[in-house]
Amino acid sequence: MKIIAVCGMGIGTSVLLKMNAEKVLAQLGIEATVEATDMKTARESRDAQVILTTPDLAQLLTGLPSEIITIDHFFDLEELTNKLSASLL
Amino acid sequence: MSFPKLQEAFGSNSIRVGAIALDREHAIELAGELLVSSGRVTPEYTAEMVDVLESHGPYFVLAPGIAIAHSKPSDAVISTGLSLLTLAEAIPFGNSANDPVRLVLGMSAIDHNTHIEMLAELSALLGDVRTVNSLLNATDTEQIRALL
Repeated sequence: MKIIAVCGMGIGTSVLLKMNAEKVLAQLGIEATVEATDMKTARESRDAQVILTTPDLAQLLTGLPSEIITIDHFFDLEELTNKLSASLL
Repeated sequence: MSFPKLQEAFGSNSIRVGAIALDREHAIELAGELLVSSGRVTPEYTAEMVDVLESHGPYFVLAPGIAIAHSKPSDAVISTGLSLLTLAEAIPFGNSANDPVRLVLGMSAIDHNTHIEMLAELSALLGDVRTVNSLLNATDTEQIRALL
């Protein structure tokens, strides 16, 4: 499974999200690759099953085939765990 | 816990306590000025950080009260680093989940890879609610350095 973590520039927010998502996915026993990308790359992406991003940016990512999961608190692994397991398990 | 990459990332003159910001743009400019004064970026980078707010909105308020302002690798970046300021009064950034902001970080990265371990440490630091409270309650920069 491919997951993309998306932020404006592709170097800050999305990298934090990727690192924490990888931790959570390993704990949940879900096999997936997580890539950090910027908005431009995300808009052109068609092969990701899930897009992880912020609520603000999610509004700008419409019309893509991927399921979008929004995260409010980026350092809270519990929120990520709850949302990823609700969607993927 | 200690954070060697963060100790390295925060250069001298990169931290400020109890700053007064007039609005969200000003708060970002203050974080950029600390990156400039610690030798991480040129002043153009500060303007780029404000441009990100205009082009992408306040998405970088990543946790309650915490914003991480940054642009991307460019000629305006001298080296990878961080800056941090606490605000005397919280400022609304327009982020529905995590407003208002009292802790503003600035970040510079020379490429897409060399700052990864620094971000991992930053995530661990800011994932601890007690540490965040200690950062917010610090009355001088030494108290903040002691948490790194």
